[in-house]
Amino acid sequence: MLLVILFLFLGILIGSLLKSKETVINMTDKLIEWFIYIFLFFLGISVGTNEEIAMNFLKLGIQALILTAGAIIGSVIASYFVYKKFFKA
Amino acid sequence: MKKSIIMLIFFLIGIIFGMKSLLGKFIGKVDISLYALYVLLFLVGIGIGGDNRIWKIVKNVNIKIFLVPLSVIIGTLLFVGPLSFFIPGISLRDSLAIVSGFGYYSLSSVLITQLRNETLGVIALLSNITREIVTLLLTPLMVKYFGKLAPIASGGATSMDTTLPIITKFTGKEYAMISVFNGIILTLIVPFLITLILR
Repeated sequence: MLLVILFLFLGILIGSLLKSKETVINMTDKLIEWFIYIFLFFLGISVGTNEEIAMNFLKLGIQALILTAGAIIGSVIASYFVYKKFFKA
Repeated sequence: MKKSIIMLIFFLIGIIFGMKSLLGKFIGKVDISLYALYVLLFLVGIGIGGDNRIWKIVKNVNIKIFLVPLSVIIGTLLFVGPLSFFIPGISLRDSLAIVSGFGYYSLSSVLITQLRNETLGVIALLSNITREIVTLLLTPLMVKYFGKLAPIASGGATSMDTTLPIITKFTGKEYAMISVFNGIILTLIVPFLITLILR
């Protein structure tokens, strides 16, 4: 999986070289957008055909909500300390 | 916001197609290949590398701005770690990977589906979309009770785009820069952190 990170770095390198070429950057953004749309469509198909997911959708949703609540509470508390100590004028 | 809705629509249409097995026989078990993931990360990299804003911000502001994304990462992982033991059916490692999406639901669900399985990918999608929605809804309350960094922390990676307008509205222009910076740094960190956790 380190290859994944290698490709990311390669992209960042090329991106910073292409910084001045706005059309290229905009085109990349559009490409990513469509890539994601297509991926989500396929993920949707998997969800629709996968009985394990379809039957447990409520359970998965609840797990997701608990995780989100934890993530938000944790980061908000941490940011509150940083705010009080370093940012509040 | 518009893009998020389009993404959800694509996802929902996919579910309907799947349930009606409209394309089911044709596509069978769809597997976005690893190569597609490489292409996506390469493109994401170009987007990050080509973003001018980050250098301008780093040049103009105090080093303490780095504390904001750092507090988001530490706060998220420290809180969710112990919490995961109380959620049945999901491991510590998988929980940490899911919340390491920091609201960047498209990339995190692609990565997690690929590195683990579709079920976890769906949880990642739902969880990280919720992070964005909750931030959009609760920003005013968060600012009131937890200070101006709170919605930025809650928004995570989305604080650079989808949640930026509402954050700016309730915290002021000077915090807009911090918000963009926080979003860019977290966006950059998402693929690393998820890959590292699930490796």
